[in-house]
Amino acid sequence: MAITKEAIKTFGLTEEQLLEMHYKMLLARAVSVRQRVLQRMGKGPMTFSGEGHEAVQVGTAFALRPGRDWVFGYYRDVAVALTVGMTPVEILRGFFARRDDISSGGRNMPSHFSHPDLRIVSGSAPIATQIPHAVGAALAAKLRKLDEISVAYFGDGATSTGDWHESMNFAGVHKLPMVFVCEFNGYAISVPWRKQAAIENVAVRAAGYGFPGVTLNGNDVLEVYGAMTEAVQRARSGEGPTLIEAKTYRLQPHSSDDDDRRYRTREEVEQWAQKDPIVVFAMSLHELGVLDDKSEQELNDRVNREVDEATDKVEQESTPEPESALRHVFVEGGASNG
Amino acid sequence: MAEKNMVEAIHDAMFEEMKRDDRIIVMGEDVGEGGVFRATDGFVAEFGEERCMDTPLAESCIVGAAIGASLNGIIPIAEIQFADFSHPAFDQLVSEAARLHYRSNGTWSCPIVVRTPYGSGIHGGPYHSQSIEAFYAHVPGLKVICVASPYDAKGLLKSAIRDPNPVVFLEHKKAYRAFRQEIPDGDYTIPIGQAETKREGSDISLITYGMMTHHSLKAAETLEQEDGTSVEVIDLRTVSPWDKERVLGSVKKTGKALIVYEDNITGGFGAEVAATIAQDAFDYLDGPVTRVASPDVPISPYSGILEEYILPNPEKIAEAIRKLAAY
Amino acid sequence: MVSVKEITGAEGLSRDQLLDLYYKMLLARTVGQRERMLNRMGKGPFAVTGEGHEALQVGTAYPLKPGHDWIVPYYRDIGVALTIGQTPLDLLLAHLSREGDISSGGRNMPSHFSDPRLHIVSGSAPVATHFPHAAGIALASKLRGLDELSVCYTGDGGTSTGDCHEAMNFAGVHKLPVIFVIENNQYAISVHVRKQFAVEDISIRAEGYGFPGVTVDGNDVLAVYAAMKEAVDRARRGDGATLIEGKTYRLVPHTSDDDDRRYRSREEVEEWTGKDPLVRYRNWLKENDVADEAKLDSLHEHAAREVDEATEQAEKAPTPKPESALDHVLVEERLAG
Repeated sequence: MAITKEAIKTFGLTEEQLLEMHYKMLLARAVSVRQRVLQRMGKGPMTFSGEGHEAVQVGTAFALRPGRDWVFGYYRDVAVALTVGMTPVEILRGFFARRDDISSGGRNMPSHFSHPDLRIVSGSAPIATQIPHAVGAALAAKLRKLDEISVAYFGDGATSTGDWHESMNFAGVHKLPMVFVCEFNGYAISVPWRKQAAIENVAVRAAGYGFPGVTLNGNDVLEVYGAMTEAVQRARSGEGPTLIEAKTYRLQPHSSDDDDRRYRTREEVEQWAQKDPIVVFAMSLHELGVLDDKSEQELNDRVNREVDEATDKVEQESTPEPESALRHVFVEGGASNG
Repeated sequence: MAEKNMVEAIHDAMFEEMKRDDRIIVMGEDVGEGGVFRATDGFVAEFGEERCMDTPLAESCIVGAAIGASLNGIIPIAEIQFADFSHPAFDQLVSEAARLHYRSNGTWSCPIVVRTPYGSGIHGGPYHSQSIEAFYAHVPGLKVICVASPYDAKGLLKSAIRDPNPVVFLEHKKAYRAFRQEIPDGDYTIPIGQAETKREGSDISLITYGMMTHHSLKAAETLEQEDGTSVEVIDLRTVSPWDKERVLGSVKKTGKALIVYEDNITGGFGAEVAATIAQDAFDYLDGPVTRVASPDVPISPYSGILEEYILPNPEKIAEAIRKLAAY
Repeated sequence: MVSVKEITGAEGLSRDQLLDLYYKMLLARTVGQRERMLNRMGKGPFAVTGEGHEALQVGTAYPLKPGHDWIVPYYRDIGVALTIGQTPLDLLLAHLSREGDISSGGRNMPSHFSDPRLHIVSGSAPVATHFPHAAGIALASKLRGLDELSVCYTGDGGTSTGDCHEAMNFAGVHKLPVIFVIENNQYAISVHVRKQFAVEDISIRAEGYGFPGVTVDGNDVLAVYAAMKEAVDRARRGDGATLIEGKTYRLVPHTSDDDDRRYRSREEVEEWTGKDPLVRYRNWLKENDVADEAKLDSLHEHAAREVDEATEQAEKAPTPKPESALDHVLVEERLAG
């Protein structure tokens, strides 16, 4: 989509906000890259990259109210986490399994983001199990008549699961205030979409649950933002859920344990790298005069500095006490959940 | 005081709690019309369809949505129509409910109750008769309760609802209407994790739970009258965490332990009790730690003849008591 | 009498076949009523029957090849079982949990149909768990180059389950020769369809799996037959799966343990009783000169006699030996080949 000043106006975004979006995308990219580098250096056993997904994640998360709306993401959602308000320090603490890791105190795998104040809910690894939770949080908001929505993020593979189906159906029946965001990158690890389902666009399924579904170019952050604001508005005004299917691409393997040369060609990866959502957005911002070479360089330097500082800080921090492994099986005082 | 059967006691526990705290809701299949066992009779009239909510036929989402709602200020009681139908929700219970608090280092918790009728002896066939406590007692982070008496059911269900942890609350369906019991008016709770000595004795400690408690009491009565053998019957009530102190205290007194459970013998929860007694009360034992349970055959076949053949009953328990007493 | 070929809506069926459809529906109704009666008399502890569903069940089962195609039914499918070739005796032996019960030797609840000779696959009670089985059977058929279809059945409630979704998606991806039949009677026990899903016709979901879905009047046996025949032809051609939704109504409570007065009005039940598929088809047969009153009455007598004889036989049949409860936990012989 050509970005013009008029288009920006329809989204109601200021220049500052556009730059903020760009900054978050750059930050997410830098954090992903840094974790990959650290993992290869042997500093942490595992990482999941979000590279390529930045437009989907930043574009959708930007439309939420941090600490009010509920976020149920999955392990690729580093840019969602950063946009909602987590910091590189907090994310790297998960990577290094530090004692003060807000997500899990080193108990969960890295990239299993959790932050109670920001209402980013701790997730697991089995696919799509977080989606019924998003349904429940939305159900509670509706029952309690609160102005809160919930968002479930998941990949294309998740749409084959029972949990996804049951959640979509439940949300449709009860017209829940939530958004389902499918980060469609065409691969569930190595399984391509044509082996996952016999349709082209997942969004067509929404009609079977009684609510709208929309397919987007997930590499266009403003197109994503526009669709998300509409979906959020629907949810807030009691009109029920929406399914957003954002087509994008995972520029890196599934995880640090995956060798993607086994199932996709370098040509394909290269083709998508040409459509890198960050590069595309930067070009648009240049055209708009919101960004120039100097300010772009400054932004990049700032991001790199932030990630460097975060890495240095977290590397020094303490690891968990061994005996802490026995704590928090059960709630010791009253209920948590803030 | 009033005389109630177990399903009435369960009904009352939920009703009273829901009146006391409007964060509590019940959700499940058919709960709106009162539930297939009438446990939620009259709830829609009192609390409305939002707080007594019919869900689609989707067990994983019922439990998963309950988890989600509990993160956001609701205290859900999720009803699974029969324990045999809970398996699609196994992932939500084991990967999610049990692990949420631990994996988030104490920052999130899910105060849910998943209650369901379980157990055999009512011609339910293989899919309306299963025992599932062993699966969940094995998982750290869940509490598991098995009730078969009205008084226990009401007090423990209230505790389960008030507990900030996820609780799997198993109601033996054969006990739903089989007995009536005096129950105090007004509020009372029974602590989770506390067993009850339902019959005092000095020769043998019989540890059990669920419907087997009633069968064991009958067997104990027979042994008293016919043989003069004195059997102490302990009803665990809570399977996880279980009351080791009371059980070991009893075994140290009697020197003989018999564990009776309805579930399949291999890997059934009673095996855990047996192992603990063998290790922690070894010096006090005068006979082998013995179990009476169903054989390793899917519980349970529909034909009354086959079902009866499989399940423990007062006669089989009495025989086991005699054998142990004679040792 | 008008030649059958000239009757519109006869779907290419001969007079004998049209009457056979009627007889199967009649037999299903009679067996269902008999099981309820035996239950009320205290002879069988449990009854779950399909009165009202006969057109949908018989109409979908009729185009299949018994013993060749694979049937994966649910507990309401008396009409399917009888059309594929089970007898009233087979069903009553199960109802009374006799030793000779082909479905389970008295181990499974009644109406959990199973018959290896007829390729009716043993099922359980949890809803829709058999849908992935049907997909798997069709997968095997495709991999082995066979022209065997599989057909699975469930109610409207079954469509909300994860298993239903996963099976349909799988069938779509692999273009499997399976037909999914949804017997939409508007209730999952007491839960009305408007609390089950947020669409009018569940068949639209088929589009999300990449195969056709069709909604049909489930109380019109010939319309059902026609829709099923098309689906069968598709599958045999190698064109993949179909979802058939038949709208119908359950004229009796969910099971002998259900009191349906708690959740639906007598007026509603009356209204649908007025649309009884058996009566409707009987009228069609008379109006189109396929059979007269006398012939149709004789079929009723025949069905009643068949069920009476089966009941007598079943009641005399031996019960299972208690020790047989221990058999068949594991397969005792090695697999062939």
